[in-house]
Amino acid sequence: MKRRDFLKSVTAVAAGTALPAPAIWSPAKAQSRQETLLFVTESGPNNFDIHGVGTNRPGYEVSWNCYDRLMSHGKKTLADGTESYDRDTFTPELAEEWTASDKSITFKLRKNATFHDGTAITAKDVKWSFDRAVTVGGFPTFQMKAGSLEKPEQFVVVDDHTFRVDFIRKDNLTIPDLAVIVPGIYHAQLIQKHANEKDPWGLEYTKNNIAGGGAYKVARWQPGSEVVYERNDAWKSGPLPKVRRIVWRIVPSSGNRRALIERGDADISFDLPNKDFAELRQIGKVRVASTPIGNGIWYLGLNCKNPPFNNVKLRQAIAYAIPYQKIMDAVMFGLANPMYGGKTNTASNLTWPQQHGYNTDIAKAKQLMAEAGFPNGLETTLSFDLGFGVIGEPLCVLVQESLNQIGIKTTINKIPGANWRNELLKKELPMIVNTFSGWLDYPEYFFFWSYHGQNAVFNTMSYQDKAMDAYIDAARTAAAENDSAAYDKNVRGFVNKAFAEVPRIPLFQPYLNVAMQKNISGYRYWFHRQLDYRSLAKA
Amino acid sequence: MLRMILQRLMIAVPSLIGVVIVTFLLTRALPGDTAAYFAGPAATQEAIDQIRVKLGLDKPLIVQFGRYVQDLARGELGMSLTTGQPVATDIRTRLPASAELTLLGLIVSMVIAVPLGIFAATRPGSMVDHLCRVIATAGVSLPVFFTGLILVYVFYYLLGLAPAPLGRLDIFFSPPPQVTGFFLIDSLIAGDGDMFLASLKQLILPVLTLAIFSIAPIARMTRASMLAVLASDFIRTARASGLSPKTVIVTYAFRNAMLPVITTLGMVFSFLLGANVLVEKVFAWPGIGSYAVEALVASDFAPVQGFVLTMAVMYVVLNLLIDILYGVVDPRVRIEA
Repeated sequence: MKRRDFLKSVTAVAAGTALPAPAIWSPAKAQSRQETLLFVTESGPNNFDIHGVGTNRPGYEVSWNCYDRLMSHGKKTLADGTESYDRDTFTPELAEEWTASDKSITFKLRKNATFHDGTAITAKDVKWSFDRAVTVGGFPTFQMKAGSLEKPEQFVVVDDHTFRVDFIRKDNLTIPDLAVIVPGIYHAQLIQKHANEKDPWGLEYTKNNIAGGGAYKVARWQPGSEVVYERNDAWKSGPLPKVRRIVWRIVPSSGNRRALIERGDADISFDLPNKDFAELRQIGKVRVASTPIGNGIWYLGLNCKNPPFNNVKLRQAIAYAIPYQKIMDAVMFGLANPMYGGKTNTASNLTWPQQHGYNTDIAKAKQLMAEAGFPNGLETTLSFDLGFGVIGEPLCVLVQESLNQIGIKTTINKIPGANWRNELLKKELPMIVNTFSGWLDYPEYFFFWSYHGQNAVFNTMSYQDKAMDAYIDAARTAAAENDSAAYDKNVRGFVNKAFAEVPRIPLFQPYLNVAMQKNISGYRYWFHRQLDYRSLAKA
Repeated sequence: MLRMILQRLMIAVPSLIGVVIVTFLLTRALPGDTAAYFAGPAATQEAIDQIRVKLGLDKPLIVQFGRYVQDLARGELGMSLTTGQPVATDIRTRLPASAELTLLGLIVSMVIAVPLGIFAATRPGSMVDHLCRVIATAGVSLPVFFTGLILVYVFYYLLGLAPAPLGRLDIFFSPPPQVTGFFLIDSLIAGDGDMFLASLKQLILPVLTLAIFSIAPIARMTRASMLAVLASDFIRTARASGLSPKTVIVTYAFRNAMLPVITTLGMVFSFLLGANVLVEKVFAWPGIGSYAVEALVASDFAPVQGFVLTMAVMYVVLNLLIDILYGVVDPRVRIEA
């Protein structure tokens, strides 16, 4: 008898019948445990509808699994054996097939697909849903626009099961944008019943109710504590998912999320600190899938609009004074792709993110400081988002320590999550640590939001440069026109420029880490970084 | 009696009005911008302004306040943006969770602390007295989240005795039909013994955590007040008259020592109710404290205001109850009133 079993039985006897050991299941329970998947995360959804006002990321996950889109992505296997979505292949979901031309794309919808209440899904629902996405404003409209999907006139019902999207301009992101979470298909009739003058798109109804036809239905929701899903057995838009019931519990304490996965009570655990993931990986009792986040970078942003960081030499000096390796080891515990250590500061290929040529070289940094006109150093503040404090705080301390060596005295400024975006929008913070990743994994897309003179909120350093804009615009045009020579030239152009002028200093590409039991299969990384339940299976 | 209750309620009205005004102003003074937070990461200034208009945050403060008071009069506490639900609904489902936990915690600690305090007072300087002192000091100096995590680590992670810290119920139970909101009571009403046991098991560790923390003030107060009473003249007289030690301590001394203990109990209860945020976080307990904190982090006004208001009302009710108890325990209080 093992020590633990002995202790368990002794204490169970001592405690009498009022306290039976919890691991004892009745056979029926064990059966349903087999068919139920339990996963734990830090926070839960505040809205089931990605079109809603202020829907949070967990809410996106509900949208993804409970609504269908016309098309989705294929899969591929990464070098480490983890499955990932494949950016370059599109697979049918609600649409069986499609034909694209220069002017439009026409979808043939499945004839047997129904919403959860049994009503047939028609092209009218698709049009209504797309109209809704481009009209409600806020994030959904913004995301549709990223793929040149802007006006209701673009969406045409040809017949009950044929639907056409007209292009307003050539844009190679239009089709990928039809496979993101936003253009889900909503039950127009049902929602319209609950809509009113103040709320013409029925956002209040879809906040708490699923009006879709996706693979899972929400069986129970207790905001802030759990979501329970049941499989939609009538789902036609793909192979029937293996897991019948999914329980999503919100466990705020990361220590407990780790304990739950280690004890085998939770099947999948999300949002652990990197240290825990690194340790879990070492212990090897559970499987840890770590996938680099596409188009994702943690960076140090320098405000290019105001002195002192409008000085290129000074920015380069800082890029040489960052303790890159220490950050990789002490902050990320090795669970990230380094973004430094490239041979030179010229683009080596067309992928993004890629490594730049800066490394930790204090002597060179000091020399650049002198050349920049700051031989005696300067004082500034370094800000980070407390919401990401687990990474931000140690990272800032390391940077502070290192910059001190070249005479830059920094005060660390912790900004609460609720205030962070507000501060970013003002674009006044001189030096920040931040992260950005785009759903659409294309270099020109990343640069358009982060470096372009349109000065989107993601251009947190307010970087403005005509030549940079020209490269980015030309690369977008080249992508749309399928002109690979021009594309090559311009992508290299903007990457080189970003490295030479370093308005933001890329630090590392983070991983999406997920810990799961060894009997769980079918986990797949998605660009939106939420869990797709449909491919999961439990042995 | 009735007159006293009415009087007390009348006195509470101005303080409640004060609470309404102060929480409104305080939440507005929070540094965050609700609209920017909920506009999402991709928001432009325009999108944020749209949301601000939607939430009515573009109006002058006084107009917002007027609207808030109007809603309050209709019993509406506004919408929570973090959970997406009306605040009143959230509080209705979450308050019983906190109350069940806190009440049980208080009962357990009372059952331990009061006898402990009495024993310590009757035998000052003895082993029991020292034990009482050690327990009280240890209990107070261990922060609740620490005790909670240690208990989870030992009883769940190492020994596997306690159920997973997954909130009020194991994943295979759905909550019983809500009558009181206390799962222990509701499951009995529904006649579901399994569920009663399941929710009891979930309660054990968090209740212990709270009890360990609250033993200290109760035990110390019982001991101090018993000591004072035991030293008084009427006890000496009772002893001199040859009454048995049991009668002296239980009937004469304890009853007189109870007044300050009751006051402490009331204070500990209301303190625990608001301050068990950390316990709720550790045990994934869907209570009112963690709710308020999550809302604060997101600069979500309505739940914070709702929370403070609820707590204020609870304090008023609690103080009233304690005053009534005073009357029951000590006839002098009744006569003076």
